[in-house]
Amino acid sequence: MVQFIIRRFAQMVLLLIGISFIVFMSMHLAPGDPATIIGGPTATKSDIEAIRADLGLNKPVLVQYIDYMNGLIHGDLGYSYRTGQSVTEAITTRFPITIKLAVASMIVAIVIGITAGIISARKPNSMLDFASTTFSLVGVSIPNFWLGTMLILLFSVNLQWLPIGGLNSPFYTTEGFKELILPAITLGTSTAAIIARMTRSSMLEVAQADYIRTARAKGVKQRKVVWVHSLRNALIPVLTVAGINFGGLLGGTIITEQVFAINGIGRLMIEGIASRDFPMVQGTVLLVAGIFVFINLIVDLLYAAVDPRISYD
Amino acid sequence: MNHLLQVENMKVEFRTAKGPLTAVRSISFHVDKGETLCIVGESGCGKSITSLSIMGLLPQNGNIVEGSIKLENDKLVGLTDEQLQSYRGNKISMIFQEPMTALNPVFTIGYQLQEPLLIHKKISKKEAKQASIELLRKVGIPNPEEKINQYPHQLSGGMRQRVMIAMALACEPLLLIADEPTTALDVTIQAQILDLIEELKEQMGMGVIFVTHDMGVVAEIADRVMVMYAGEVVEMSDAQTIFANPKHPYTQGLLAAVPDVEADAHELNVIPGSMPNLDEKIEGCRFHPRCPFATDICRQKNPPTFKISENQEVKCWLQEAKMHIESAATS
Ligand SMILES: Nc1ncnc2c1ncn2[C@@H]1O[C@H](COP(=O)(O)OP(=O)(O)O)[C@@H](O)[C@H]1O
Ligand SMILES: [Mg+2]
Repeated sequence: MVQFIIRRFAQMVLLLIGISFIVFMSMHLAPGDPATIIGGPTATKSDIEAIRADLGLNKPVLVQYIDYMNGLIHGDLGYSYRTGQSVTEAITTRFPITIKLAVASMIVAIVIGITAGIISARKPNSMLDFASTTFSLVGVSIPNFWLGTMLILLFSVNLQWLPIGGLNSPFYTTEGFKELILPAITLGTSTAAIIARMTRSSMLEVAQADYIRTARAKGVKQRKVVWVHSLRNALIPVLTVAGINFGGLLGGTIITEQVFAINGIGRLMIEGIASRDFPMVQGTVLLVAGIFVFINLIVDLLYAAVDPRISYD
Repeated sequence: MNHLLQVENMKVEFRTAKGPLTAVRSISFHVDKGETLCIVGESGCGKSITSLSIMGLLPQNGNIVEGSIKLENDKLVGLTDEQLQSYRGNKISMIFQEPMTALNPVFTIGYQLQEPLLIHKKISKKEAKQASIELLRKVGIPNPEEKINQYPHQLSGGMRQRVMIAMALACEPLLLIADEPTTALDVTIQAQILDLIEELKEQMGMGVIFVTHDMGVVAEIADRVMVMYAGEVVEMSDAQTIFANPKHPYTQGLLAAVPDVEADAHELNVIPGSMPNLDEKIEGCRFHPRCPFATDICRQKNPPTFKISENQEVKCWLQEAKMHIESAATS
């Protein structure tokens, strides 16, 4: 188990180095020079050269990469070209906001998805099942930005029940909770739909299993057969799907943050890309990639917790 | 006399896309305390459906459309699923064919064993744990204290079937239904499991319905035998009589299909032809297309059940002819 985790961490580090290289190269080889943007329209050629020299952009790309990695090892992600702020600092202030959004969306996705899936599977082909499968179909196909905009129009502009955007108050306050509702639904819906589908088919499959018949033969109550004997087994494939989709959900924060004017990592990244703010883009991409791999590790560990047949010894 | 279990004219139908299909055709039988009734017949003849009907565990599309099932004085047909829950695992228990898949993979042996106890008996978790260790010991599982913390995949097929038996017997049922419990096991393990069921039956004095398609197994454990063919009971008799004097051509065929009791699982496919599908319309006796002795009446009318002695009943026209001859001879 410990060995497994160590091995996975080693893989994680290698993977992140690979990602950093690719992102670094693609930023530097793509058209658009940060120096021109920083200098502005009035800057002369020599001004720009001075800025380039100042940022170290005149060195060969590989040397720049090695410099960057050297900083990274020492925990230094560099400074924003645009604001001069330390990237680490920018990320630490923005990160909690994105995580709050991602986790809230995942909770929405899991709660709605699993409930809808179970309701469907309990009476397949009933009206409720039909409603729930329709929801899944629509849920997967709706684009986030459209759903977000519609929700804002309805609940914030027309009904004025919920704030239009922002995610600034702590989630445990009423204000913070209200701010979280629409973005979490926007970001969580498609994952909820995928989880609902998976839960439905998985529950239906498990319902046919011999051990379910055994449980009923023991006199176990129907409710307990569903919630204890079936669900735990049915959740194993659902867990996979949820784990895989957490990555997509993390990517989805970028758009959702734009729609709801949330100052999270996604916005930081977009601003960084627009202004060729190399260190900022590097830092945010590495962070998101890191979380992604980390979540996968957590999912693998959860497997072992849910399914005793899996062990990492 | 009041039987432990009395099934009368039970008919089971399945709702299917092709319309209703009859899987069990008005069968009647009974089981007494301390007795083993073997149900035999080819695969698909309705043995499992008969067993599941008694448990109230028919598949979703299945229904008992006629007849009655009585356990002691309680009528079971017509009870709600909730009412039946208090019988299942308590007064009637069942063990199944597939030990590899019949236990829930995500719960410990201990949890699964304690479940029926906690449901049906008013005992504490601690007492249930103690009882489950005792049960495992009783079914011959070594180190029960350790085993209760293990998961099914850590046990062999034979061990899992022992756990299933322990689970079924946890609440000391009046009736145990064993649906081909040894078919998936190898011969030595099979013999051990049969001995175990016999031994526990003696200890607890329960009635046993033992489903099998293996005449070798029947010879070993049956007190009485019920032979099923295509959803009907074709012959019912005590064990000695059925081996010494089988009357129905189908029973005779089954016995001829057993080359040697010591040999491996004998599949009962030696009788030429195969069983009709549920949706096949058959005029007359359902066995006549495969019967070497079929006459005109067999092709036209389904035979009634002839009681040819105190403990032998046969559903075959040949018996009518014989009875006529006998009665003619005596008069
Ligand atoms: N859910 C179902 N729907 C329709 N037919 C079924 C269903 N379950 C079983 N049957 C049919 O009922 C008949 C009896 O099956 P079963 O009792 O399982 O046979 P066996 O004697 O081998 O145990 C078979 O023809 C089978 O195909
Ligand atoms: Mg069967």
